[in-house]
Amino acid sequence: MADFEVPELQEIPLVPHIKEGAMAHSQPYIAKAPFQEALGFPGELVENWEEKVYEKMDDLRKRYRSFQVYLDSCVKCGACTDKCHYFLGTADPKNMPVARQDLLRKVYRSKFTFAGKFWTKLGMPWMVGAQKMDKGVLDEWYSYFHQCSQCRRCSVYCPYGIDTAEISMAAREIMDSIGVGQKYCNEILGKVFKIGNNLGLPQPALLNTLEGLEEEVEEDTGVAVKFPLDVKGADILLVTPSADFFAEPHVDGLIGYAKVFHESGISWTISSYASEAGNFGMFIGSYETMRKAAQRIRKAALDLGVKRIVFGECGHAWRVAYSFLNTLAGPWDFLDPNYPVPQHICEFTHDLIQRDKLTFDKSANDHRVMTYHDSCNVARGSRMGDKPGGQMEIPRAVIKACCNNFHDMPPETIGEATFCCGGGGGILTDDLMEIRVKGAQPRAEALKQVTENNGVTHMAAICAICKSQFTKVLPYYGFTMDQIVSVHQLVSDAIVLTKKD
Amino acid sequence: MGIEVNGKVFETDEEGYLSNLNEWTPEVATAMAKDEDVDLSESHWQVINFLREYYEEYQIAPAVRVLTKAIGKKLGPDKGNSKYLYELFPYGPGKQACKYAGLPKPTGCV
Repeated sequence: MADFEVPELQEIPLVPHIKEGAMAHSQPYIAKAPFQEALGFPGELVENWEEKVYEKMDDLRKRYRSFQVYLDSCVKCGACTDKCHYFLGTADPKNMPVARQDLLRKVYRSKFTFAGKFWTKLGMPWMVGAQKMDKGVLDEWYSYFHQCSQCRRCSVYCPYGIDTAEISMAAREIMDSIGVGQKYCNEILGKVFKIGNNLGLPQPALLNTLEGLEEEVEEDTGVAVKFPLDVKGADILLVTPSADFFAEPHVDGLIGYAKVFHESGISWTISSYASEAGNFGMFIGSYETMRKAAQRIRKAALDLGVKRIVFGECGHAWRVAYSFLNTLAGPWDFLDPNYPVPQHICEFTHDLIQRDKLTFDKSANDHRVMTYHDSCNVARGSRMGDKPGGQMEIPRAVIKACCNNFHDMPPETIGEATFCCGGGGGILTDDLMEIRVKGAQPRAEALKQVTENNGVTHMAAICAICKSQFTKVLPYYGFTMDQIVSVHQLVSDAIVLTKKD
Repeated sequence: MGIEVNGKVFETDEEGYLSNLNEWTPEVATAMAKDEDVDLSESHWQVINFLREYYEEYQIAPAVRVLTKAIGKKLGPDKGNSKYLYELFPYGPGKQACKYAGLPKPTGCV
């Protein structure tokens, strides 16, 4: 045998042969006027919209230096082309990140660069890859900027550090500003402002749901674990995705948080006013909307008089919370400075594990062989703990503390190179099912590999979107929906509870 | 968009959910199910009726655990789980059953 490492044979094709226009038909439902107007956007396509596009683009490039730098600096090196899960799953060349960005960049060129303006004036904008805005371009924007989950995997490989997600966000913001919004995101944001969460779950329903969970946990364990709502003076405000109240396997994660809080002995509460962690304002690129949603958390924290804020398992929430919360809704000088502001539930649990405050019966998870899916916005848009890479290590440490069997998926598919679930950034809607299924292909392939080689039976995640997406799309690839679990579901199953007075 | 039942057209949204909850009749549910090749059995109706009762009180569809618990109480513990509900409504009890019951579609990260 060779005295060097022989490369492993892989399945061909590694990078798909391109299929032009393969996903040109994919478009989500357009937001109707009431959903648009509730967010302050025009109800339908405005008159003179081509001009308005340029005006908004000009506004954005002046507000966000990064936007202009990203548009100016791409050299078309191609490093990003095969990094997008949607390209890998669809083979549509417009799903190559560089090509997707160019749908916007070519319009920018025609108006805001010297060469672009010059050749556009001569009627030959194509000489420098420029194009004037027209209905065909707008249609392509609507289609392909809703085939980007803003997961930023391509950005990891870009030698210039271009953040494609910001281009997608800007494109959506421009479209909203001329009256072309996406129904899924904008309807949901309306519910957040009216009711307090993405689902539109009002306080009485939330209370009824939490009381039901209290009964369920006491029946199962004999221990009275509380799920407090709107309790003034609690130490911790838990902000978690509303899917945690509503769906499976999310709710099993919520039960896990409650058990951890119970064991910690620290008082906590959920707020019905800020009963949503996920901030869809980011998906549509609207700073004002994102800020308005984040301000609800501030108000709830002040009204309830809490000392700490802990976020539940929600990927996009954690990016907004970790990276932007201070500028969106700070200063947080009224919170206890001895704890991270905000803190992730995995950090909270991990800290208790480190200090030997939790007892686990790991054998309770022996029927599972686990792997872990790094959620894109946690892996590439945030951190946990006080060391680089903590956002990758801490959730794994929590899993390993309560499970005996764990295998990672191949390294090029996890950590900062993680593949998006295929449903992030406003794509998790039934009208985009085709792109959701196709975009999940790379993750499904990686999962299949550890399933076959290491006997992995379950994949854990810390994002409500990832969990819902996988529950729905993994069955297309021969897995079952219950193979995706919450990290705190594993905690919940293994934690040894003590009775408290 | 709309669905025709006995000559009357009921307005729906793009995804086939009834626009006006108050217009719902059992025949609407039967027609929606028929469009998706589902024959509504007594078990389906138990779920649909519970969804409507819950919505009436809380203005939202019940969370999955609320639903499984209620169905378990009504039909026996072996049926109080989401596996049973998915057998009845393969596209998901939350979405498919809500549609037949005339409720709005649950939205968000679900």
